[in-house]
Amino acid sequence: MNLHLKIWRQQNANSKGKMVDYPISGVESDMSFLEMLDVLNESLINKGEEPIAFDHDCREGICGTCSLMINGEPHGPDRLITACQLHMRKFKDGDTIVIEPFRAKAFPVIKDLIIDRTAFDRIQQAGGYISVNTSGNTVDANAIPIEKHKADEAMDAATCIGCGACVAACKNASAMLFTSAKVSQFSLLPQGRVEATERVQNMVRQMDLEGFGNCTNTGACEVECPKGISLENIARMNREYLMATSKG
Amino acid sequence: MAVLDSKIPTGPLAEKWTKHKNEIDLVNPANKRNIDIIIVGTGLAGGSAAATLAELGYNVKTFCYQDSPRRAHSIAAQGGINASKNYQGDGDSDYRLFYDTIKGGDYRSREANVYRLAEVSGNIIDQCVAQGVPFAREYGGLLDNRSFGGVLVSRTFYAKGQTGQQLLLGAYGAMNRQIQRGKIKSHTRHEMLDLVLIDGKARGIIARDLISGEIERHSAHAVVLATGGYGNVFYLSTMAMGCNVTAAWRAHRRGAFFANPCFTQIHPTCIPVSGDHQSKLTLMSESLRNDGRIWVPKRKEDTQAIREGKLKPTELKEEDRDYFLERRYPAFGNLVPRDVASRAAKERCDAGFGVNKTGEAVYLDFSSAIARYGNEKALTSGIKNPDKDTVTKLGKEIIAAKYGNLFQMYEKIVDENPYNTPMMIYPAVHYTMGGLWVDYNLQTTIPGCYSAGEANFSDHGANRLGASALMQGLADGYFVLPYTIGDYLSDDIQTGPISTDSPEFEEVEKGIKERIDRLMSGSGKHSVDYYHKKLGKIMWNKCGMSRNAEDLKSAIDEIAALRKDFWENVKVTGGKQGMNTELEKAGRVSDFLELGELFAKDALQRNESCGGHFREEYQTPEGEALRDDENFKYVAAWEYKGEPKDAVLHKEELVYENIKVKTRSYK
Repeated sequence: MNLHLKIWRQQNANSKGKMVDYPISGVESDMSFLEMLDVLNESLINKGEEPIAFDHDCREGICGTCSLMINGEPHGPDRLITACQLHMRKFKDGDTIVIEPFRAKAFPVIKDLIIDRTAFDRIQQAGGYISVNTSGNTVDANAIPIEKHKADEAMDAATCIGCGACVAACKNASAMLFTSAKVSQFSLLPQGRVEATERVQNMVRQMDLEGFGNCTNTGACEVECPKGISLENIARMNREYLMATSKG
Repeated sequence: MAVLDSKIPTGPLAEKWTKHKNEIDLVNPANKRNIDIIIVGTGLAGGSAAATLAELGYNVKTFCYQDSPRRAHSIAAQGGINASKNYQGDGDSDYRLFYDTIKGGDYRSREANVYRLAEVSGNIIDQCVAQGVPFAREYGGLLDNRSFGGVLVSRTFYAKGQTGQQLLLGAYGAMNRQIQRGKIKSHTRHEMLDLVLIDGKARGIIARDLISGEIERHSAHAVVLATGGYGNVFYLSTMAMGCNVTAAWRAHRRGAFFANPCFTQIHPTCIPVSGDHQSKLTLMSESLRNDGRIWVPKRKEDTQAIREGKLKPTELKEEDRDYFLERRYPAFGNLVPRDVASRAAKERCDAGFGVNKTGEAVYLDFSSAIARYGNEKALTSGIKNPDKDTVTKLGKEIIAAKYGNLFQMYEKIVDENPYNTPMMIYPAVHYTMGGLWVDYNLQTTIPGCYSAGEANFSDHGANRLGASALMQGLADGYFVLPYTIGDYLSDDIQTGPISTDSPEFEEVEKGIKERIDRLMSGSGKHSVDYYHKKLGKIMWNKCGMSRNAEDLKSAIDEIAALRKDFWENVKVTGGKQGMNTELEKAGRVSDFLELGELFAKDALQRNESCGGHFREEYQTPEGEALRDDENFKYVAAWEYKGEPKDAVLHKEELVYENIKVKTRSYK
């Protein structure tokens, strides 16, 4: 099939970017979206032009590296997948496809479609862990039974891949879904309860410092999340935060 | 004494590790604060080592090419992690895990290393649970297990089909805690390009900041390489696009021996190649072989009809199907080790029974499991005489709960619903058992340069069992390296900070800058990918699932010629400054082009078949691998001498004192 691509090009963080048109032909329906970009890049290289820089790594939907806004939707039109799992069979001959980086003040562009998401790492560093030493002197793994449904719920929250689609989808560029997923995972487990008060306060503080917006319950994040992280996590984080702050 | 000293402690097998830990030198906490350690790679092995070393008090600097340690490719491991907890009471023990791993590796790994791995395996699970890793649980609240290939017990712990993700996020959390305390300085989007030796000891690295393009010097008292495997030498593999051999290879060029490069794991259950544009292959977890049955049609005419779309696989009668693994290996059936399953699938496809258009696919069928689970669920739900639709519906629900994310992944890629029609699968490159040679302390042949996880060669012999990679990565990082490295660093407590303003750093940096200039000055005929794909084709066709002397010899010549062509004619667009993804790829491919040749050379010298290394000349009349213990019971460790063709082979004889070496049989 033949497609009209409109792609964001920006040399580096300090330069101004713009949309550039790239017609492409010979796209096959069983190509992945990123393989389609590979084909475009190969043709640009052969013409002596610089290829389009885009972030990608595992290409199986788990590393969370790819971060494309495709026709105004993070990871494109399909649901519960990342851009690397999107296949061209979702498009048809003659389509125009607009490809941009995830946009947020806290995610500055590094080059073309590549953004800086280290703000997410700093939120995790503020408290996204249980403070146990890793030298192995701990109790037997089966010493504390955990209700299956709680363990499963914790697992559902823990599947967040940190891609940033929630921020890109949100009109406030809020990182509440991302932050709440980690807060939820630990607040649901007995091991995580011990530090629950400090954790939620520290992580929320860092989230605000990074310049992410607040949540106004539009739910766009949940719709676009490739891992189906539920909005309930935000409710749970709000509850944890309220409990933590009222404790003083 | 040979060049290679494995430093295996004396004494009975089960006491070696404890004895060794008691005897090695320690560094006191105050002195640890004066010692710097560089860790390259922040996956399971590197991330866990960084966290533990920082917690012990060392100053740790980590480097990864990804934008965050959380994205290392350990994250993609699906199925699980082994541990000899014996929670199921099915007779598991450290010895049994040790035995299974040695046998699974076809008697080409070190007894002492593997026993230590089994010994610390239980601790890994305790540790991870304490960190909040949400492993799957039973209704009673205790941890659940499942089975993996090559074993007869249920010892695999898992978190849905995302075990690697959960374990990596655990290690990432532990790292984050130390980053927040200021004990780890994390350098993301940085790539190590060379190792710096001072007075014969590893004292630092040269790295490129992938955003600014700056070439940087970083010093330390020791350097740990935990940079994963080199499967991308095949271009198509289940590895992430960025996985590379560069750090390990540059260390090899500086004197670290590279061991058993030809030992590569081809995983049986991956989604088949769909076309020339393909950039990577996707694994379908081995855990699926708990419930999926592998088959092809018995008759060629049925195969033909299926390929032409005239016959659906679901329409083929039970007696017309060849469940070839169950037929050939009745004791282990669909749960034979990966190398055995892959070769059996290739054998059927080569014989003309492959079920997709290219003839390179077999079925992985869940219909029996759906019926079995459905009937069981109907009974426990009190439904008497359930009809077929009810059974199927209930059975599908159970399968969805177990493997839902894998089924979804398959459907998104292939556009077929695997609940209704069997999956099509074919073997693909997945893991590399070979890697940097290390002794019992995980030190390479360069003093002060250590290697952990998939990057080293140590524990899996010629074939790795499922759910053992996560175990090894975390064992190395959490429980082994942090102690063994102290023995070496105890001599460094007086050294003080290492300056980067030395002639040694100067020279290595200069060499790297020249190398980048050379990469950018090719005639510009072909892209980097062009060369990578060509290399991959040679590797897959001549060094893949089965190998022979003639092909290997021609592979060596072809790769050498391709490498020459690459350096003369590669086109690297953009500049040295700023981000340049083509330049990154070019550097990695230049190293693959050397490794590939050594790989073929290693496969050529190993005149036997063992594990993932199958030489057509050495097989039994039934087509099983024919090992030669008399002549090849050794680790092949290669010393760099310029071109790969000049590499010198050193042999570490493997000694089996606790296990009787016999022919591996899964029949």
